[in-house]
Amino acid sequence: MNKRTTQTLAENISKQVEHFSKKEVECLIREFNVLMAEQNNSGRAVHGLDRGKFISTLHSIFGLTDDRMTGRVFRTFDKDNDSVVSMKEWIDGLSVFLRGTLDEKIKYCFTVYDLNGDNAISREEMLHMLKGRLIRQPNEEDPDEGIKDLVEIILKKMDYDHDGKLSFEDFEKAVKDENLLLEAFGTCLPDFRVICNEKLLSSLNFPIKNSQSYSLLFLFFQRIEMFEGRVFQEQMEQ
Amino acid sequence: MGISLTRAAQWTMVSSSTAKLVSTPMNESLLKEILHFVEHFRSQYPQEAEHVFEEPLQWSTTLVASDFKTDYDISDSDVQSHERDSEGHPLLQLSPPTVYVRSFSQLSKLLHLAHDKKLAEVRACLEENREPLVKILGRSFASDLVIEAHDDAVSVVDRTKEEGLSKDLEVKVKLFQLFQDMDKQILDTLLKDISEQVRLNPKAVKNEVEILQVFCGGGDKGLLKSLRYTSDFEFSNGYRAPLWRQVQGDICYLVIEPCDTETLHITCSTAGIFLNGGIKQEGEENGYEQTSDTYEDLVTLLKSRSPHFAEKINQQDSAVQELSTKKEKTVNEQLQLELHTTRRNIYEPRPSGILSTCGKTEENKTLKSSEDEHKNLRQRAKSKTKAELSASSSPGHVSSQKLKTSAGALPGEPFSESSTESEEEEEQPYRHPETNTDLPSEYWQIQKLVKYLKDGDQIVTVHTLCAMMDFNLMQESCQMAIQDTGALKVLLNLLDTDEHKCEIGSLKILRTISHNSQIRRVIVDMRGVQSIVKILDSPVKELKALAAETIANVAKFRRARRNVRLYGGINKLVKLLDCLPNLASLTPSQEEDIEVACCGALALWSCSRSTKNKKAIRKAGGIPLLGRLLKSPLQKMLIPVVGTLQECASEESYRTDIQTLGMIKDLVRNLSSDNDELQMHCASAIFKCAEDKQTRDLVRKYKGLQPLVSLLHKADNKQLLAAATGAIWKCSISQENVTKFQEYKALEILVSLLTDQPEEVLVNVVGALGEFAQIPANKAAIREFGGIKPLVKLLTSPNQALLVNVTKAVGACATNKDNMVIIDQLDGIRLVWSLLKNPSADVQSSAAWALCACTENAEDAGETARSLIGGFQLIVKLLSSTNNEVLASICAAICKIAKDEENLAILTDFGVVPSLAKLTNTTDDRLRHHLADAIAQCCMWGSNRASFGEAGAVAPLVRYLKSKEGSVQRSTAMALYQLSRNPNNCITMHEKEVVQPLIHMMGSDDEELQEAAAGCVRSIRLLYMANRNAELFTFRN
Repeated sequence: MNKRTTQTLAENISKQVEHFSKKEVECLIREFNVLMAEQNNSGRAVHGLDRGKFISTLHSIFGLTDDRMTGRVFRTFDKDNDSVVSMKEWIDGLSVFLRGTLDEKIKYCFTVYDLNGDNAISREEMLHMLKGRLIRQPNEEDPDEGIKDLVEIILKKMDYDHDGKLSFEDFEKAVKDENLLLEAFGTCLPDFRVICNEKLLSSLNFPIKNSQSYSLLFLFFQRIEMFEGRVFQEQMEQ
Repeated sequence: MGISLTRAAQWTMVSSSTAKLVSTPMNESLLKEILHFVEHFRSQYPQEAEHVFEEPLQWSTTLVASDFKTDYDISDSDVQSHERDSEGHPLLQLSPPTVYVRSFSQLSKLLHLAHDKKLAEVRACLEENREPLVKILGRSFASDLVIEAHDDAVSVVDRTKEEGLSKDLEVKVKLFQLFQDMDKQILDTLLKDISEQVRLNPKAVKNEVEILQVFCGGGDKGLLKSLRYTSDFEFSNGYRAPLWRQVQGDICYLVIEPCDTETLHITCSTAGIFLNGGIKQEGEENGYEQTSDTYEDLVTLLKSRSPHFAEKINQQDSAVQELSTKKEKTVNEQLQLELHTTRRNIYEPRPSGILSTCGKTEENKTLKSSEDEHKNLRQRAKSKTKAELSASSSPGHVSSQKLKTSAGALPGEPFSESSTESEEEEEQPYRHPETNTDLPSEYWQIQKLVKYLKDGDQIVTVHTLCAMMDFNLMQESCQMAIQDTGALKVLLNLLDTDEHKCEIGSLKILRTISHNSQIRRVIVDMRGVQSIVKILDSPVKELKALAAETIANVAKFRRARRNVRLYGGINKLVKLLDCLPNLASLTPSQEEDIEVACCGALALWSCSRSTKNKKAIRKAGGIPLLGRLLKSPLQKMLIPVVGTLQECASEESYRTDIQTLGMIKDLVRNLSSDNDELQMHCASAIFKCAEDKQTRDLVRKYKGLQPLVSLLHKADNKQLLAAATGAIWKCSISQENVTKFQEYKALEILVSLLTDQPEEVLVNVVGALGEFAQIPANKAAIREFGGIKPLVKLLTSPNQALLVNVTKAVGACATNKDNMVIIDQLDGIRLVWSLLKNPSADVQSSAAWALCACTENAEDAGETARSLIGGFQLIVKLLSSTNNEVLASICAAICKIAKDEENLAILTDFGVVPSLAKLTNTTDDRLRHHLADAIAQCCMWGSNRASFGEAGAVAPLVRYLKSKEGSVQRSTAMALYQLSRNPNNCITMHEKEVVQPLIHMMGSDDEELQEAAAGCVRSIRLLYMANRNAELFTFRN
């Protein structure tokens, strides 16, 4: 893909995606292409990142390590369910990932947690997601007793309509009430904790929207800078 | 008998003529003693018993004619005795209901007839004859003897014998002697009673209440269900009762719910502790009367009222031991914490979860249990020794005694730690952890959550924290459950995990439960302040805001504030203030910044109560930032900012900065806010800053005076009123401001605030009136609004700050003749004079200045002055004060008083001349001025001029002429002129080269000065001439 096609593509996509400028989209496309190139396509013509590559990317760039969650994140990114994340899906997903508003994030997280896609998080789904998150006490008979109890506590707090499961409305209301509950059932957004290097940040001549994307952006741009550096190097060699 | 009646007997109303003897045990025994004395008088001292009283003792009796038997002429209801005096009047006369008795023998007989009504008769007699001695012995004799009372009565007898007085007198003297003996006897018996009574003071009561509060609650295990004050407001003297009750000795009122009986309403007064008619809230009119016996302390009262309490306190004799081991306990805890934190440092936070907290707390637990064992051992040893000590007396009594002494005597105890800082929160003893019975359901629920908190990963922790937030964390039972289940420790550990969600959750809980003072202390003990301060550096704004908010709550006591400073919290908090508060449109990020700044300001406000923190805030550059935030339109921002500023304005440097950085304008603007608290802080800041003239002018310039006056209408909010009146007081130091205030009718409102206000308000109101009264028209206005009477009444206040202002105001008002008439009528001069006895130098000098004004303007001031016994001695004694202001004021007062020649004579007798002469070496110009005036005035009597010379006052006075101060020169010239009428003084003056400066002064524009200087030179010249003539004369001979 040459530079010009990348630019026109970026221009088109940036019109459809809310949170990125054209230049940013350009960088993301390049990053996507690099990842595609790294992917072992074994001769097949693929139009996107497959599950394995995507998950390893989540791991290496965004610090998401929980297997239960990364799989779900892939399913959420892959909107058309074709088992690959296309360029458009990649940029759309990252828009929420990095710059998403609270509403977008609530929607995104709910989709991740709604394992069977029935637009509700049931007791069983919660149990599945929370399993093993509590150290089991040796004297307890039922290993999941604590988790079950916890699920009840969660339902008591979040299930506003008392139907024994969390509808999207329940989830949305609970999160708006207490933001801490956004990632209630597992980490599915980029890890916030990043080393902040003030100097590097100030060298980035880029509008910073809010505090949260502030440090994320840095992480993001660190990668992109590396990527850009690499691209330039390649050009020089040619 | 005189003394025991006036001093010992407890009268209901001191001043009124219809006083009744209060029925207290002490009065009862007093009456019995007197009765006994009178009954046996006839048989013991037959001769004296026949002595006829100067005036009959008369009272309304319950006896009727039929009660009288032989020896009496009975006609209808009237009775006359057979016994008559030399002029034939009957010695006993009854015309119902009044009886007149004129001798002791008749008195004895009457009491004999009265049978069981004896006591009532004695009581009636004493109540209606307030000065029995005077009636019996005659006024002149009684007063004569009373003065001599210090001497041995025998010497009086001797003296009368020497003077060869009549036999009648001798009898009187004998009678008097008898009275004195009996007086002594009664006092001795009463003293025994009195010495057994405890005079309570607010501190003792407070300590006892605090100790008992520790043992409140906890169902049947506790001593009491609850114990609280009716009023949270504590006066500066430690009293909680309203002022008008304080006069009666009431310290505070308590409402106690014992476990087994109905609620007790208790009055603690200086005389002891008793049940009252049920005072629930402050300000209720009824219910103050005593409805039980008086007890010496709360424990004794409770023991008599609540059998449960009595039983428990005897069981829990260990309570005392608990308290005395407290100190060691804190040491132990400290040690434990030390270990705790070293462990914490070893602990490395892992991103995947916070499971490791679990193991750590377990270790702490084992550690703690071993500590507990040590403690128990020591406690047992302690209680053993205690038991031996207290074996002889009743345990309850001993315990209360111990409680008092231990609280008072050991300054190291946590709850009696004294502090110099304002609004200090008392550190209270640790509450006992609840035992396993009767725990609230929250306890179990929270305990379960704590388990998840310890065992869960980040996700579970967040859920658990959210669940915990759903409890009513403001409720004490929940707060205590969090502490007792160990949740607090885990919450503090979470702050070190770097998991921002956990940190946010933890801080959200901590900021709420830190409203509880015990939790605050535990947080500080567990080194929570360090962790919280560290979070202030976080890049997450929400975290910063939460951390600051938590600090705001925790830093309510000194140790916490110190910790915040020591761990660098002040600098970090000041950094939080950096935001743009008054932009028209804000980005979400800027809004967050403002939120953070708000919380930062809140935290600084709490911290600023410590002097060192004030300095630290200033050093960190906080003042300009606060100044910038002051422009914010948000009330939630303004209140902590202004709060901090007014707290810090106690420092001179802040006041200067507040003025130079233009904050006055913003403060004035916010006076018109619709929030009482904000208005109060603004007014309070102006109060503190308006010491400075420029600030006062600025307040006027920015039209701050009218809003201040309008604040006076909010009379219900006493704190606001105190701040507003304070600001008005300080602003009115500038006369231009007073004129402005006049336009807003401030004076009338101020006068109306002279009654029924707490002392904080009164001090300021009176201070303002003092300044207002510097303008002559206002003096009359104060009178017209009826302000003189309440002012004079306030002269009897015990509050020194108030007294300084009251005397100043009274002094200012006294320069108006019509005012002076009223002051005189109200006995104001005597009250002012008696304030010279006040231990405070400020009060002394202020009273002396007021005295000057009063003496100058009162009609017969000289006479009044002489009528005050001991007044002159007091004034002369004050000349040995070490305070120059006191000395100057007293000199000025002497100058005025000595204008009356008789007074001057008395002053001279008391040695005013050497006292004044001793002061002449001063270099203080203000003192020199008044001293010279006083010397000039005192020269007018007898040989005082010579005495001054002999005392060496002349030479120093000559030096005063070199002073640059015009007033000093003038007064000195006058004094020298007076002194120069004595030849020896002239010689001294001449030796000290007085002539040249005097000649210089003769060229002055001031005629009086000219005259004085010239007069002095003339005297010297005359002496010289006389001398020369004498020499010539001798030579010629």
